[in-house]
Amino acid sequence: MNIETLFGLGAAALVGIGLYGLIVLPHPLRKIIAFNVMGSGVFLLFGALAKRGAVAGLLADPVPQALLITAIVVAFAASALAVALIVRLIEATDSASLASDPPEEAAQ
Amino acid sequence: MMTGGIVNLAIVLLLMALAAWAVLVREAFLAIAGFVAYGLLLSLVWVRLYGIDVALTEAAIGGGLTGAMLIGAVSRLRGTEAAARSERSGASLHVVALLLSLGVAATLALCVLALPDPAPTLAPQVIENLAATEVGNPITGVLLAFRALDTLLEAIVLVIALIGVWSLAPDRFWGGRPGLRYESDPDGILAYFARLLPPLGIVFAGYIFWAGADHPGGKFQSATLLAAMWTLVLMAGLADTPRIAHRGLRLGIVIGPLVFIAIGVLGLFSAGALLAYPEGWAKPMIVVVEVALLPTLTLILGLLLAGPPLRHDRPGSKA
Repeated sequence: MNIETLFGLGAAALVGIGLYGLIVLPHPLRKIIAFNVMGSGVFLLFGALAKRGAVAGLLADPVPQALLITAIVVAFAASALAVALIVRLIEATDSASLASDPPEEAAQ
Repeated sequence: MMTGGIVNLAIVLLLMALAAWAVLVREAFLAIAGFVAYGLLLSLVWVRLYGIDVALTEAAIGGGLTGAMLIGAVSRLRGTEAAARSERSGASLHVVALLLSLGVAATLALCVLALPDPAPTLAPQVIENLAATEVGNPITGVLLAFRALDTLLEAIVLVIALIGVWSLAPDRFWGGRPGLRYESDPDGILAYFARLLPPLGIVFAGYIFWAGADHPGGKFQSATLLAAMWTLVLMAGLADTPRIAHRGLRLGIVIGPLVFIAIGVLGLFSAGALLAYPEGWAKPMIVVVEVALLPTLTLILGLLLAGPPLRHDRPGSKA
């Protein structure tokens, strides 16, 4: 198996792991971590595709690689905004719950 | 080749294990520790995939800044962890989530195995036209010439994200200083390193910035390094975050996109297209845009990490 396929399959697994965590983890901060795992899986898949585009003396296609740099920086900005929102949510409600019912009722 | 394949396989397995750890482990702090290790390992993967520029960005942002931000958040959210555990979702949701995740991962895996051969690529076009931009690093060429619009929009997205974070400030602290005021022993090891490292970091960032024209590196990696140095100084209590009402600060935040847009509009008249560079002027224009973007990126990355304004200078008004 060549390196592109290997990392591509690994990327698919990372997307799956991140998606699972995003759905089942109740705490919003954990959801952000899971979402970042999922996002990095997408990035890795894109990076494997960039490696496949290696021709003309280049070791990889520079266009997807450049877009990946942009993507990583934007993902950080989005995560920072999400973290600020959660901190504010907790300050405002004293709870990190995303449930539509109040936690007491949800626990019953 | 054989050992290379084994190393790659080991990296992928370790990456999946760390991802599973970051998602499944019970304590949020342990999850973040796993995520930082995951980010650093991922930058090793980028090196294996010949994306040195991406590896630099991933190590600095994916592992470093994101990890620092999450650790800062978890210390403020500690009390809510136990409550969130009590509302753990039901078994049926777990099954559905598992099936959905497996389905998505399997579909992606099938797509990976069914990719067309030869792979589509824009590399020949980049090589063909790179000489016109007078930069030697194809990634810099893509970021600032061929796909300059993406980079411009990204800089604007960063400004909007920072405005979003700031707008979460309680009304009474608007215009105040972001984050907490850190204090440390002025003779302690943290203060020592916060004095020792920034000069080295600034020189290194300057090198990465300038070398980015022809070698791996550039403004993103350089700005992240500068933001990290700034954060170190803040955390050691050697300096305080600026008031967000400060005009110089606000100018620094928007200067990058403004200069970028101005040069883009100039291209309409001098080269006939938005964001086009007149012939022979590509390299100087690119350098001007990069120099203007450097303070913007550094300030925004550092301030995103610091969070919304939480206090004024007056004593007793601390949050």
